[in-house]
Amino acid sequence: MAESGKIDPMHQFAIEPLFGTDHLSLGGFNIAFTNSALYMVLAAVVLWIFVIGGMKRELVPGRWQMAVEYMTGFIKNLLIANIGDKGRKYIPYVFSLFMFILLANLLGLLPLGLFGLHPFTFTSHFTATGVLAIMSFSIVLIVGFWKHGFHFFSLFVPHGTPLPMIPVIFPIELISFMVRPFSLGLRLFVAMTAGHVLLKVLAGFVINSANAGVGFGLTVGTASFVLMVGISALEMLVAVIQAYVFALLTSVYLNDAENLH
Amino acid sequence: MPQIAQIAETYSSQIFWLLVTFGFVFFVIGLGMVPKVQGTADARDAKISGDLDAAKAAFARADEAEADYRIRDAESRTAAQAVMAKAKGEAAKSSETKLAAADADVASKIAAAEARIQAASIAALAEIETVAADAARDMVARISGVEASDEAARNAVKAALAHG
Repeated sequence: MAESGKIDPMHQFAIEPLFGTDHLSLGGFNIAFTNSALYMVLAAVVLWIFVIGGMKRELVPGRWQMAVEYMTGFIKNLLIANIGDKGRKYIPYVFSLFMFILLANLLGLLPLGLFGLHPFTFTSHFTATGVLAIMSFSIVLIVGFWKHGFHFFSLFVPHGTPLPMIPVIFPIELISFMVRPFSLGLRLFVAMTAGHVLLKVLAGFVINSANAGVGFGLTVGTASFVLMVGISALEMLVAVIQAYVFALLTSVYLNDAENLH
Repeated sequence: MPQIAQIAETYSSQIFWLLVTFGFVFFVIGLGMVPKVQGTADARDAKISGDLDAAKAAFARADEAEADYRIRDAESRTAAQAVMAKAKGEAAKSSETKLAAADADVASKIAAAEARIQAASIAALAEIETVAADAARDMVARISGVEASDEAARNAVKAALAHG
C-alpha cells in the first residue's frame, strides 16, 4: 500500500497490546490484553447494559424493555422458523452470538477516530470469527451426534438419493458440511475487513487529494467524501446483515442436527 | 495484512479473550438474563391470548344469551297472544249470553206490555161500545121516541164501529 502515501488502510487491523500487558501469559501462551480484547470487553459490557435495561419484567414494557424483548423475540422467531419449537432452547446461544457480533461490528464503526481514539473491529480478524464459527459448528456436531448417534451421517445422503449415487454424493455432502465453519467464519471476517478497508482507502483519497491541491481536493476529495457517507451507511447495514447471517446460518445448521431430514 | 502478519503472536490472546468475553456473554447474559426477558414476553403473549380467548368466550356467551332471550321473547309473545285470544273469546261468549238474556228480558217485557195494551184497548173498545150504545139509544129515543132495545143499539154500534 505504498501508493496511498502515509495512510495505510490495513493499519486499522493491527493488534496492539494495551496497558503494558505485552507479556501476560497463561500456560506459555501470550494473552496480552490488546485493543482487540478491549473491544470484545466493550461489546460484552454494552450488551450487558442493554439487556439489564430489559430486566424490569413489566407487563406493559417501557421503550428499553421493548427493545430488548424485540431482540430476544427476533431470535426466538428466527429459531422457531428454522428449527421449530425445539429451537427455543438455543435462544441463549444464538442471542449471545448475534448480539455480540452485532455490537462488535457496530462499535468498530463508531467514528471514534475524530476524538483521537482508534476504533477496532475484532470481527475483522479470522482468529476471532474462527472461534465463533468453530463454536457454532461444534454445537451442531455435539447436538447431532448426541441426538442421532451415527445415524447423523445420514445427513450426507439427501432424501431419495439413488443407491448407485451414494458413493458420489456422500463425499460431496461431507465436504460441503466440513466447509461450513470456514465459510461461516471467513464470510464475517471478509465482509468486515473489506468494508473497513474501503472506508480507509476513500478517507485516504480525501486527505491525499486535498494535500495535492485545491482542484484535486474539490473534485476527487468531495466525490470520495460523498461516497464515504454512502458507504458508511452501507457498512452499518452490512454490520447488521453479517450478524444476522451468522445467526441465521447457525440456526440452519442447528436445524440439520436437530431435525435430521 | 495484520490479520495474517500478526497471527503467530496474537492468536492465543485473541482466542483467550474471545472465550472470556463470549463466555461472559453466553453464561451471564444468554443463560442468566435472556430467558427471564423472553419469559416476560412469553407471559405477556400468553396473557394477551388468554384475555382474547376470554373475551371471545364472553362474546359467545352474550350471543347465546341473546338467542335465548329471543326464543323466550317469541315464546312469551305467542303465549300472550293465546291468552289474549282466549280472553277475547270468553268475553265475546259472555257478552253474547248477556245479550241473549237481555234480549229475552226485553222481549218478555215487550210481550207483557203489548198484552197490557191489547187488554186496555179491548176494555176501552168495550166501554166505547157500551157508551156508544147508550148514546145511540138516547139518540133514538129522543129523535123517534121509540125505546130501542139494548141489543139492537149494541148491534148498530158494532156495525158502525166495524165500518169505521
